[in-house]
Amino acid sequence: MTKEPFEEMYSDLVRRTKLRLLRMHYESKVGHIGGNLSCLDILMALHHRVMQPEDTFLLSKGHAAGALYSTLWSKGILSDLDLKSFHSEGSHLSGHPAPNWISEIPFATGSLGHGLSLAAGMAHGRKLRGIPGKVYCVLSDGEMQEGSTWEAIHYANHQKLNHLTLLVDKNGLQGFGSTQEVAGLDRITEKLRSFGLAVIEIDGHNADDIIAACKSIICGPVAIVANTRKGCGVSFMENQMEWHYLPMSEAQYHQACDEVGRS
Amino acid sequence: MRNVLCETLISLASDLQFVFLTGDLGFGALEPLKSAAGSRFINAGVAEQNMVSVAAGMARSGLIPWVYSIAPFLYARPFEQIRNDVCLHDLPVKLLGNGGGYAYGPMGATHHALEDYGALLTLPNMHVFVPAFAADVPVIINKLSQFDHPAYLRLGRCELPSNFILPPYSSWRKLISGDGSLLLVVGPLAGGILKEAMLLEDSKRPNMWVLSELPLALESIPTKFLNELHETKHLIVAEEHCEHGSAGQSLSHALALLGESIPRFSHRCARGYISHTYGSQMFHRKECGLDPDSIVSA
Repeated sequence: MTKEPFEEMYSDLVRRTKLRLLRMHYESKVGHIGGNLSCLDILMALHHRVMQPEDTFLLSKGHAAGALYSTLWSKGILSDLDLKSFHSEGSHLSGHPAPNWISEIPFATGSLGHGLSLAAGMAHGRKLRGIPGKVYCVLSDGEMQEGSTWEAIHYANHQKLNHLTLLVDKNGLQGFGSTQEVAGLDRITEKLRSFGLAVIEIDGHNADDIIAACKSIICGPVAIVANTRKGCGVSFMENQMEWHYLPMSEAQYHQACDEVGRS
Repeated sequence: MRNVLCETLISLASDLQFVFLTGDLGFGALEPLKSAAGSRFINAGVAEQNMVSVAAGMARSGLIPWVYSIAPFLYARPFEQIRNDVCLHDLPVKLLGNGGGYAYGPMGATHHALEDYGALLTLPNMHVFVPAFAADVPVIINKLSQFDHPAYLRLGRCELPSNFILPPYSSWRKLISGDGSLLLVVGPLAGGILKEAMLLEDSKRPNMWVLSELPLALESIPTKFLNELHETKHLIVAEEHCEHGSAGQSLSHALALLGESIPRFSHRCARGYISHTYGSQMFHRKECGLDPDSIVSA
């Protein structure tokens, strides 16, 4: 099926942003690329297709800072010069989002299990003050092992934080094994539902799915379980745990760019 | 102090930025605040990590959150949330810890707060307030309501002698004069010591000061205190807090930086559980040499 011109433009923007993400990680010789590629489609759809000016985004899985920086680059909020400073001396672009810099990054994250509580606080604060706007929060699936994440889920549901949407980047791999091996986390949807949330399960690499889920009219805080692939779009990275850590060699970088460029 | 806290917070509850969170504590004390604050009184449940991060998120949304719990549940359990979410972002979250030091006495070690301000003062932007008397609480709370940074309030039980006229609140306050030692006290401990000291003759009565705000800034040390330091043969600091991160350590460090020579120096502070048995707040104070008799005879 032929894509509409707008759809084609958006796909091209996502492709260019993925290439920019790869370049940034390659030039800085930094790892964590796998978990960045698993959530980039989500961050792009949120920032370009879902969120309104009054909405707020929080990246709870701070190790995907590269995906956030690249997305903000695609929005024109960060420049090439900014991205060039990633992981370098005197940079605002640390390996995990830094505090007190730009309003698009409301909190420094990187220690897992904080983001959803912070997002719940922002959503509850807005509710109490009568300020419009939704709060979107992206978590990793490994992060669902943090007790504080479940404290936040409990709180968000009990306080009826209707303008809070959490998206779980369910790539199935964490720091030292699969989420199933480490913590039996294969039934996140059921677990979230048992805490009272409205849960939607989607393909986390399909922009239409992401947009539809975010815009679905459901009362109460919404949890979107996004099935993703670590290292999505790069054959030798996909679903490989080591790409949680490894920097790319020159040959690997060129192969990754070829594959993403053709997508 | 808790009732005064409640009354003072009620006076602030109509402010559009006010919000109060409790970790499921306050039964028998905070019900009037709950009635006054309505939806802005939130029982966040037994989930202190979430409560502190939620407060940070609310502060980011323009509210001024007051977060209440028994002291150790407020600073120890969610320490990383205080560090990352509140202090790194310099947000105006006010932590209200009830039961400083051994105040929860027979409830046991898990309920004591012996390292609270020392631990918290290692964090950026954090300020600590330790009221010594109930009358200090409204002054401090009103000060905090205008204070645009993280803060921790350590509450205890007021022990002010009924026959003592308390001077107005100040971070450093001279309580009584004498020709004995120079004594600096932190927190409600001051009340019992004051009662004993008032009975002493001039030659043995200490020059007694109370300190209520930390960190201890060099420029905050009153000239009058330094003058008394030059005259005394014995400086004593007494506080219901462990030695590490204490006001006593801060003071000796500050005096060294100022180039002041320190006379004989005694530091009376919390020593944990020396006998490995448990009892009232006074039982633990006595074990540590923090009871009024031990301090005034030091």
